[in-house]
Amino acid sequence: METIAFLVDIIIPAFWNGLLVTLALIAVTAPIGLALGIAIACGRVYGGKFLSRFFQGYTIFFKGCPLLLLLFILYFGLPPYGITLSPFVASIIGFILCNSAYNSEYIRGAILSVKEGQLTAAKALGMTRNQAIRFVVLPQALRRAIPGISNEFIYLIKYSSLAYMITVIELTGAGKLIATKYFAYNETFFALAVVYLALVTITTFGANAIERKFAIPG
Amino acid sequence: MSESEFILKVEDIHKSFGSSEVLKGVSFNVKKGETICFIGPSGTGKSTLLRCINQLTIPDSGRVLLNGEEVTHAGSKINHFRQKIGMVFQNFYLFDHLTAVRNVEIALIKVKGMNAKDAREKAMTELRQVGMADWADHYPAELSGGQAQRVSIARALAMDPDVMLFDEPTSALDPELTREVLEVMKKLAQQGMTMLVVTHEMGFACSVANQILFMEHGIIKEQGSPQVLLNDPKFERCKAFIGQFREYSQ
Amino acid sequence: MDPLTILIDWFPYLLTGIFITVGLVAVALIIGVVLGLPMALGQVYGKLPLQSAISVYVWFFRGLPVLVLLFLFYFGIFPGLGLDLPAFVVGAVVLGLRGAAYQSQIFRGAIQSIAEGQMTAARSLGMSRTQAIRSIILPQAMRVALPGWSNEYPEILTESSICYAIGVAELLTRSSQIVSQTYVTMPIYLACAVIFILLSYAGTSLIQRLEKRIAIPGFGPGNSS
Repeated sequence: METIAFLVDIIIPAFWNGLLVTLALIAVTAPIGLALGIAIACGRVYGGKFLSRFFQGYTIFFKGCPLLLLLFILYFGLPPYGITLSPFVASIIGFILCNSAYNSEYIRGAILSVKEGQLTAAKALGMTRNQAIRFVVLPQALRRAIPGISNEFIYLIKYSSLAYMITVIELTGAGKLIATKYFAYNETFFALAVVYLALVTITTFGANAIERKFAIPG
Repeated sequence: MSESEFILKVEDIHKSFGSSEVLKGVSFNVKKGETICFIGPSGTGKSTLLRCINQLTIPDSGRVLLNGEEVTHAGSKINHFRQKIGMVFQNFYLFDHLTAVRNVEIALIKVKGMNAKDAREKAMTELRQVGMADWADHYPAELSGGQAQRVSIARALAMDPDVMLFDEPTSALDPELTREVLEVMKKLAQQGMTMLVVTHEMGFACSVANQILFMEHGIIKEQGSPQVLLNDPKFERCKAFIGQFREYSQ
Repeated sequence: MDPLTILIDWFPYLLTGIFITVGLVAVALIIGVVLGLPMALGQVYGKLPLQSAISVYVWFFRGLPVLVLLFLFYFGIFPGLGLDLPAFVVGAVVLGLRGAAYQSQIFRGAIQSIAEGQMTAARSLGMSRTQAIRSIILPQAMRVALPGWSNEYPEILTESSICYAIGVAELLTRSSQIVSQTYVTMPIYLACAVIFILLSYAGTSLIQRLEKRIAIPGFGPGNSS
């Protein structure tokens, strides 16, 4: 009974605020991460040698560098050079860099899987290269990349928790603070787990529905 | 005919998949050394019948007796019976991660408990029998269909079975490759192996089989020796069926 | 103080951190396989209750952020069980349990991709189901699983850095220590990033060499008959 009271009076309000911050982090990161991912993938496939190599390096760095380290670099590493980012902004930038790197891999793979003939046919109809990419290749590639992209989105929900490590009080941060303050570790963290599991599970169902909707036969 | 003269007895096998009854009471007996060919339109349960004999498919009712011992309802003893019943599949099912000789010897080692040296010797002997000794160290992916099927015959023979079951052994092969497999099977029959063969190769059936069993709609419609089936006007359906293939058979 | 001198002075300290990171990853990978493979077998060949239990496990450990799992186990579950485990152990266990969840699905996919015919042939020769799984299915499944499984390595490597949050003295923690003691930030952090990237590259190369060594002509995903 005590636990229920604890749950309702303390956990729910704190979690609610934390959840809003988490959702804000995700809402800002996801579209930008996707757009950037598309740009990088196109740059790697269609860009000149220099651009392609540059983006390859970008992808290697932001995939190989642990996200937490990246957040430290942005939050602790920049101020000495005169750039001071708020924890929230530093988190967003870190997430975008990481998310875009992974997205670009999925999208690049999808672009490469679209047959050469598609581009050729488009050009034969008189489209410029850019038009062909925009109206023929990308729509197909993006459809094929949906599983990968939605997978990354779910990862984003999970690693948004790392923002707590640079003092953003999102969902995990809220949980840790409550647990520490009230010495209620098991209750709080299990409640935290429930919320994340709910978020991830709902998103997974949504992602599957989207995949089904956009599936092209063959 | 006393019980002991029949090496294999199949009694009243019924099998349904979902709502469709594929085998509607199939019975026949096989003498030692006989070659029996099953022919008939596709989908009439011939393959299912073979699989019911070694219990890869469990029949809904009926019995199978090998050398007088009941194979159906054998429980875990089924593995013992399967050693005595060799099976060759349409798609060979060679173990892709093993070389040809390893394919042949693995069951000798794991199931029969032979030591490595004896198993290797036996495996090479069987491969020689089917003409594949030179390919012993090749992987299935490196073999043509006919070569792969011959290795799979060697694999089944290595277990010294009492009966060999062939489930459309050449149906997945190109015509040129079919011949080499049929040659091996002919040789086996001449050496006295008891064989049950499901096939569309009418030339083989008519020249090698002691008995042809014509199946349609899940039962044995007509049966008899090739000469009788082809010439006796009683066997209308069978003759008509074989007739379709005449143009193509050797 | 220039960064290069710092790095050289602190190198032994950092090196220990590298070893601890590698140790974390190695233990996690081992736990991942030791638990993940049986779970995969359970999901493919086991009865329904077992399959459901495993599915719940996978859902739980895949659905939660690593940070939350670390907090849950380090502050909640283990103390609740009366266990006072060092942070390294908790970190390795959590990463391992999570790895097992992911790897079980990789193994499961690989096992299921082995054509039914392989099992049929094995059984027709008189092998029991266990023998068939051990001698015929698993050797093939493991080869098929290797490319997908190799992605686990860089993932667990980057996730190991999150163990910073429970005080494991691995590479990131030690790099941060150096930063806080020398007040040199960016160069140290960048060096740390480079080390992580090199570790990732080294491990992946090793696995690719392994793949080549155990490769069988004509054998790969989608190739069995």
